[in-house]
Amino acid sequence: MSAATVDAGTVARSRRRGIWTRLKRWPTTVKVGVGIIGVLALAALFAPLLAPYGPNEIDPFSLLSSPSGQHLFGTDDTGRDVFSRALYALRLDIVLALLVTYVPLPFAVIVGALAGYLGGWVDTIVSRLADVFIAFPFIVLVIAVVAIVGPGVEGFLIGVPLAAWALYARLARAEMLVVREQPYMLATTALGFSKTRAIFKHGLPNVLRPCLVYSTIDLIGNLILLAGLSYLGFGVQPPTAELGGIIADGQGYLLTAWWIATLPGLVLVLFGVGVGLIGEGISDRGLERGGR
Amino acid sequence: MSLLEIESLRIEFPGEEDEQLVAVKGVDLAVEQGEVVGLVGESGSGKSLTCRAVMRMVPEPGAISAGQVRFDGEDVLALGTSKLRDFRAHSVGMIYQNPFGSLNPTMRVGSQIAETLKVNKGMKRDAAKKEALALLDRVGIEDPEHRYRAYPHELSGGMCQRVMIAISTASSPRLMLADEPTTALDVTTQAQILKLLAKMRAEEGMAMLLVSHDFGVVAQACDRVAVMYGGHIVETGPAETIYHEPEHPYTRALLNSVPELDSAGNVQRRAALAGHPPELAEVIPGCVFAPRCEHAKQDCAEVAMKLEPVGPDHASACPVRPYANAGARSVDKGQRVEA
Repeated sequence: MSAATVDAGTVARSRRRGIWTRLKRWPTTVKVGVGIIGVLALAALFAPLLAPYGPNEIDPFSLLSSPSGQHLFGTDDTGRDVFSRALYALRLDIVLALLVTYVPLPFAVIVGALAGYLGGWVDTIVSRLADVFIAFPFIVLVIAVVAIVGPGVEGFLIGVPLAAWALYARLARAEMLVVREQPYMLATTALGFSKTRAIFKHGLPNVLRPCLVYSTIDLIGNLILLAGLSYLGFGVQPPTAELGGIIADGQGYLLTAWWIATLPGLVLVLFGVGVGLIGEGISDRGLERGGR
Repeated sequence: MSLLEIESLRIEFPGEEDEQLVAVKGVDLAVEQGEVVGLVGESGSGKSLTCRAVMRMVPEPGAISAGQVRFDGEDVLALGTSKLRDFRAHSVGMIYQNPFGSLNPTMRVGSQIAETLKVNKGMKRDAAKKEALALLDRVGIEDPEHRYRAYPHELSGGMCQRVMIAISTASSPRLMLADEPTTALDVTTQAQILKLLAKMRAEEGMAMLLVSHDFGVVAQACDRVAVMYGGHIVETGPAETIYHEPEHPYTRALLNSVPELDSAGNVQRRAALAGHPPELAEVIPGCVFAPRCEHAKQDCAEVAMKLEPVGPDHASACPVRPYANAGARSVDKGQRVEA
């Protein structure tokens, strides 16, 4: 037992250093991605502090003025500051996209994992149901829900999870089919563990990674979908600031006042690039580990 | 009464069109208290299935179609769900061929040992951690405090297998099922793991069923050996006897195909056994080994594949007995053994 009495301080210190070296070992793509998302998220979080004007504050003396020190992104046709509106819009978009991506994810992953582990009729029901939802074109399904619920955030909040769970369930099921044949899953049976413990403690953590990787791509998709719906008039309703809405508003002035649509559009692009870089970095690390 | 008794065990898989493929065809095997029994055979001989049948863990869609498995007098095949879980948790431990895959890659190894202690022995968190550290130390892992926090991918294959042994012996099982525990390891590590298993056995009086295709491993670790071929046990006896005076032509062929180095380090050429083991769908009348056997006679197609005693505690399923008076197989180093 002499080796067991290692100084506890040494262990703690090496552990702390471990976190830093691990941070340093992150792939460059993840570092850049985290940087971009970090800046955007902070900007969105502190929008009320950072924004020089309110999202719907009108400056009647500078309609359609080009970007300047006073109005960083210029103003729109009613004299609202585009920079302030973009900040508030980003805040709303991020929150909504996070909600529709990560609220249904745990449920979908659990349902898929159960289907994969248990097989039999549970699997049949879950898989066929998922097939039905996947067979519908995603956007059509969401628009159909919006048509029923009525335009506004509710349609988006209900419609996206309703369609998106099927993909996560299917992904989790496929992963679980592989995982449940792993010796460590056999070991849970051999050790007399309950099925619940086997699935939730040993199966799920191993199923989760690919779902999380996919969710980063999904998050961009949902953000753009929200912007798209608002652009079409099905999403967030004016005058609430939303990136797609702002772009739609500015579209008519594209030739005379390009900044209204273009600058918020670039914010959207930047967000997408950031999330994409993180997703790619995570999946690379996944490969690296899986290869061992 | 033996600790583990397997009687005329049959394991079948559904084939095409209602046809049943029989993978294990009536195996009798007993393991005494504290005894180490080796189960040897080629791939596909049914040795791993026999081993997993003890835990009632035959992979689907396979199923035990006939026979009995008794542990300490209790009928394992008749256990209800909760009793079966209890049996798996406390009476029998199991270790596998792939030490990397046997541990959950998302959990620290210490937590995995502690989990077993908490779930199966009802220990509290701190007690479980303390006991897990002691177990790590007992299976010969240096610096247990440090390794406790490691993830499986940070450990070597040998260390993973040690952790696996720690987990499966955590609740002091009376029988250990070791399914090719050293196959994925290099020879040095293999010897260490076998030594560790021998130590556990000596300290705990734990019996073991060791499945292997490697006669070297079996000869080193076992008291008694059962040789499997095509779903049958073809010969069984004390390890010494089987190694030096094998009766069944298959056992002899298997032993003679093991390469040995002579004193100058040259590998001796060995007579490899011609042909291949029977496919699952193949039905061979009489002796399953007859098609590959150099001593096969016409009557061999009518042999009942029944173990008959040929010596003290030594039984063979070959009624022809071509090696009955051949004496000991010579295994002197540097000499060519009879082909």
